[in-house]
Amino acid sequence: MSTGTAKPDCNTTESELIQRVCQGDKEAFYSLVKPCERGVFTAAMSILNNPADAEEVAQEAVLKAFSALSRFRGESKFSTWLIQITINEARLKVRKDRKHLYESVDEQKTDDQGDYFPKDYADWREIPSETLQRVELIEALKRALNSLPTKYREVLILRDVQHLSIQETAQALGITEGSVKTRLLRARFQMRDALAPGIDGSWYAGKQEYEKVRPW
Amino acid sequence: MKVIEISCLEVWREISNFLDGEVDPDMRARMEAHFKVCAHCTAILDGTKNIVKLVGDGVEYQMPEGFSKRLYDKIKDK
Repeated sequence: MSTGTAKPDCNTTESELIQRVCQGDKEAFYSLVKPCERGVFTAAMSILNNPADAEEVAQEAVLKAFSALSRFRGESKFSTWLIQITINEARLKVRKDRKHLYESVDEQKTDDQGDYFPKDYADWREIPSETLQRVELIEALKRALNSLPTKYREVLILRDVQHLSIQETAQALGITEGSVKTRLLRARFQMRDALAPGIDGSWYAGKQEYEKVRPW
Repeated sequence: MKVIEISCLEVWREISNFLDGEVDPDMRARMEAHFKVCAHCTAILDGTKNIVKLVGDGVEYQMPEGFSKRLYDKIKDK
């Protein structure tokens, strides 16, 4: 049965909340931000890799979004827009602090052109969810992630951890969809290269002789 | 329909897009045909698939304790 009125959905709720915020309702803004908290923090961590810095940037991004909300046109989801602001704030902080200067300089040298050749590991078919309970695997995963250049890590986190679409990832990072795809391929291959030597079955069998070929 | 063969290098370039469903049907058919006969590329596909799953399941940044409360206070004080 059609009532002739639009069904309330997430977007309606979002736009209603935005309207209330624009009328001065701060509680409504918190309701808007609350479901995005983890995403904002994770996006900041993907660049800063330090919880205190990521929290500071998350707060700055949220306050900036509050001030700029009247300019939000609803062309993307609010969460994507907020992540975009967070990414910009995090990059600004990196530049301001200059503590990542050397990494930034190095990164300018790595371009996305040319082919990346995945290393030749024989096989790797172990079911990840079973191996995930192993503390050393989680640690290895973190180390592999931290070893990625920031521009690959941020794409990997937005896509494979936060499950943003390619279009949303491109928008949040201010890059083209083609660049998202290229960087994602590099990021996934580099993660595989870093992790596969330890998870190609040798860990599973617990063979000590594989220790020496592992990067951790 | 005859599936045109492709090289390993071409497969590697598209492996991530293949996993994301971002290749066109023609490329998908060519890649699938390649995987059937190339154990090496199949191993790379499996490894990359595992990475996507591992990262999705295993990467989680713990938010500092009191994060939400401090954020709420910041908004309130604005």
